[in-house]
Parts: sequence; structure tokens; C-alpha cells
Amino acid sequence: MAGETRADGGRHPLFVPAILLGGVVFGFGLGLSQMYRPEVVLRFFQLTDMGLLLVMGGASVVAGTAFAVLSRTGRAAPLTGTQFGKRVKSMDRNVVLGGGIFGVGWGISGICPGAAYASLGVGNVTILYALVGMFVGAYLQGYVRSTADSAAATTEEPA
Amino acid sequence: MFDPVPLGLAGELFPNGVSRYAIGGLFVGLGVTVIYLGTGISAGASTFLESTLSYVSKQSRFQQFRFTSTRDWRVVFTLGIVLGGALYGLAFGEFGWTTEVQWWRLLFGGVLVGVGTRVGKGCTSGHGVCGVGSLSETSLLNVATFVGIAIGTAQVVAALGVTP
Repeated sequence: MAGETRADGGRHPLFVPAILLGGVVFGFGLGLSQMYRPEVVLRFFQLTDMGLLLVMGGASVVAGTAFAVLSRTGRAAPLTGTQFGKRVKSMDRNVVLGGGIFGVGWGISGICPGAAYASLGVGNVTILYALVGMFVGAYLQGYVRSTADSAAATTEEPA
Repeated sequence: MFDPVPLGLAGELFPNGVSRYAIGGLFVGLGVTVIYLGTGISAGASTFLESTLSYVSKQSRFQQFRFTSTRDWRVVFTLGIVLGGALYGLAFGEFGWTTEVQWWRLLFGGVLVGVGTRVGKGCTSGHGVCGVGSLSETSLLNVATFVGIAIGTAQVVAALGVTP
């Protein structure tokens, strides 16, 4: 998996700076695009300001172009040695189930994880309610799945 | 920002102009590109929730190698996003802005965001930006689901008279 230590046991000295720089640019973009404001996202859900589509669309085009061009070079990333390639996430019912649950939460709150981090950076301390909620939610699903996995292991049910 | 006077249909769809949304989106994509170009990683924001829980929880779900082996740089990525937000706020005089959306919406909605993004394998950045950008069918299905359901949910919440 990408992002682990290299074969020689160490990380490239620029690995962490590259992640940090990418995060800063990403967060700055979420500020500039106003996605750090739940109010603006909620206006999109009311279909009174379609700006969110431009944000997601613009970001997708830039990232997608980079993925496509770099994948075609057949080269490896300089800081990890990881071959540039397409990301693969398996298709199953969780994709729709999870997307549905996320959608309800996003519709209620107007905030998603990346935008919440950026919003905290802008000084919106109230967003801590959402961040605490996200950790609680991530923990709850992990707890349930861990328990289900160990139950399945002890009764030797097929996975 | 520097929008031309909004006119006609564009003015109705984008009452606050298009510039800041479009340029902001380019920056978001550029951030993803910087990380991919250097490391080959297409980074999403919500995995941080689970990988960070692996520091404090022994649950087998969080102790998977894919979380424990990436949790350090995911903390760096998130700190970068926070820092980027701070730089934006300071540069554009918006630092210290706080939302008026009620706390219970943020908390309760946040819980569902936490559950849903992790069950659905990604959020607005992993699926919405990286996945849609690479035309992944999994991500397109996920994004269509969460955008559609979010619009429906928000409409219901507004219809019930909850503001903001």
C-alpha cells in the first residue's frame, strides 16, 4: 500500500512535507470555495446556489487529469516508489448504504470531513460539534463491525 | 471576489458568482495533485477518522494495517488542511467566523457522516474528487447517492421549519 515505509526501511525526507503542502493547498481551497461554511453547502441543497457543483467539478477535473496523465507514464512516484495507477475501491452494497447514511448526515449538518477540518482552521470552533460527531460515528461503525467480525470468527460462519 | 455582474440564468443559479467556487475547486484539486504527484497516494479526508482512532482503540476494525501504517501521515494531511483553512481566513479577513447552524444539527449530522463515510469507503474528497476524477463507477454511484439523499434530507429539514 502506498504511504508506508520504503523497501529500504525509511521514508523519503520530502514525504511528510509533500503531504503537508498538499493538505495546506487543499484546505486553502476549501476556504476560498466557501465550503467551510455549512450555510453555503445547505444553500446548494436548497438548490438556491449551485456553487458546490463547481467546486467538486473543478477539483475532480484537476485531480482526474493528474491521475490520468501520471498513470499513463508508467512511472513511479518519486517519494514512495509507488507505481502511478488508478485507485480501486470495490463495489458492494456498502457503497450505497454508506453513501445514503452520509447523505442524511450531510443534509442535516451541511458539513463533510475535509471541510470540517478547514472550517476549524478558519477559527469556526462551533464546528467541533460536527468533528466530535464524526469521530463518534466512525467509532460506532468500527465497534459494530469489529464485534461482528469476531462473532463470525468464533462461530466459523463463512465471511 | 471579482465576479462580473451576474446576469440571467447564471445569476439565478449562482447568486454569489462563480469565481470563488471555481478557483477554490481548482485549489482543492491541486492539493490532491501535489500529494499524488509526490507519493502516488490519492488521499481522502475521512479515513483520518478511523486511522486516528487506531491510536486509542484496540478494536480490530481500527487495528488493520491499512490504518496503522498510514495514520501518521494522515494526521499531517489533516493538520495541513486546518493550516490551509487558517491561512485562508487570515488572508481574506474571515478568520474567526463561526457558523450559525444549530449545534445539534452539527453533532447529530456529524455522527451520521462518520458512520456513512466509513461504511461507504470514502467522502466528498475520496469519492467526490479523486473517485469522480478517475471516473470510478464505485465512486460515481456513491456520490450520486449521497448528493441526492443530502438534497432530499436538507429539503425535509427546511420544510420542518428548522433554520439555520
